[in-house]
Amino acid sequence: MKNIPLLLLCFALNVYLSYGQIYYTSNGEITFYSHAPIEDIEATNKQVSCAIDIKEGKIAFSMLMNAFQFEKALMQEHFNERYVESHKFPKATFEGLIKDLEDVSLSKAGSYNIEVEGKLTLHGITKTVKSRGTIKVGIDKNVSAKSTFVVNLQDFKVEIPTMYIDNISESIEIKVDVKLKPKS
Amino acid sequence: MRLHHALHILVFALAIPQIVKSQSDLLDMLTQEEEPLTQYTIATFKGTRIVSGHTVETQAEGVLQFLIGHRFGRLNAGWRDLFGLDNATVRLGFDYGVTDNLNLGFGRSSYTKVYDGHIKYRLLRQRYGAKPFPFTVTAMASAMIRSDLRPFGNIDVPIRSRMYYTYQIMLARKFGDWLSIQVTPTIVHRNLVQLASDKNSIFSLGLGSSVKLTKAMRFNAEYYMILPSNQILSEIQGEKVRNAFSFGIDLETGGHVFQLHFTNAQGMHEKFLASETTGRWLNGDIHFGFNVSRVFTIYDRYAKREKREARKKTTL
Repeated sequence: MKNIPLLLLCFALNVYLSYGQIYYTSNGEITFYSHAPIEDIEATNKQVSCAIDIKEGKIAFSMLMNAFQFEKALMQEHFNERYVESHKFPKATFEGLIKDLEDVSLSKAGSYNIEVEGKLTLHGITKTVKSRGTIKVGIDKNVSAKSTFVVNLQDFKVEIPTMYIDNISESIEIKVDVKLKPKS
Repeated sequence: MRLHHALHILVFALAIPQIVKSQSDLLDMLTQEEEPLTQYTIATFKGTRIVSGHTVETQAEGVLQFLIGHRFGRLNAGWRDLFGLDNATVRLGFDYGVTDNLNLGFGRSSYTKVYDGHIKYRLLRQRYGAKPFPFTVTAMASAMIRSDLRPFGNIDVPIRSRMYYTYQIMLARKFGDWLSIQVTPTIVHRNLVQLASDKNSIFSLGLGSSVKLTKAMRFNAEYYMILPSNQILSEIQGEKVRNAFSFGIDLETGGHVFQLHFTNAQGMHEKFLASETTGRWLNGDIHFGFNVSRVFTIYDRYAKREKREARKKTTL
């Protein structure tokens, strides 16, 4: 019976160790832009969940594809039904590592330029992507991260009918904007 | 001693998931934080009409649809009328999304010179995932005025006798991502009928279906069955009133949907489908027709919702 306090300590320590360094949000924003000769298309997802493990330099994103908001309702339907096929592949995820973590002391307040490399899963296909961005650590210990990168639709087997080649761009610009808080 | 062992095992067992968690990615943690996924089924039908009758679909908030419907005359009219080309009828209409679920519509048909207005409300939506629901339910009520003063013979008829009302409950389910089926109990009320033996309120059962052929093309069919069949005994221009059957394809291009079809019903409203269809398929009383729809986004619904929420916060 003397082991019970040890057991509890062990349990608590594990919980602490696994969650102690994590910053989290469930309402991050990701916007994508398609610039094509006939029209520009833009849509924003405001329910992106994101977690950053500052100590280990790990970063992860997860979002529902049908949470992307388009100005035109019909475009939103086409996006989900025809292009990203949300009924088959409801989520897009990313997990990656912050490179050169030793140059970035995220435990101190300040703004840091970072490079992230990791696996992006979209439309059921996983590819390695690299992206540059900034991480700001506030005095209040809140963390915000921003990044812009480009995704080629072909890499993720999102097909554009030849008829719409002038309406939808093959390379889509993606902007990430997240504000995170320490996870309790 | 045994208890001691058991405790050791317990410590180890409790620690394992924690060790695994801290080693594995953050992604699992994110997934655990997320609520169980429920998604709505989208695009049960491509448009708000299967052929001439309504589908469960509604326009989104702030979206205005302009719908042009055309039905030529009968194919068996032959060369004299160029297989029906000379006797075309048209319906021009607007459908507007007040909210994502509530729509108002207005239209004018050249066939018997009628104006129609409707209110349509989507009550339930098919969804899958954690909280599934098997079908979509939409209700529609429509009023119609015939603007020619003499629907029957040479007597002027007052306006209340030229009014018609239609009520529908639409139940539709999308199976997989390729087949949609709709069942539509329909009541058409006619304030004035031709014969005493005709029922003023007619019950008709509508059946509709849509089959995905390619990403941009679907095959549609629609049937309106007068049940029981003896509710209308009078004839229209010497022809019996029959059940309406139509089929055709949907072609979708960006903001337009083109629907091309063959039907034995020339009118483009449930009232015509359920009580005034006289064509006989076997006789070749077939009308070629098309619908063209175009949607206009009057305002960005998300921007408006955000503003509304911001206003709520400031007033609080």
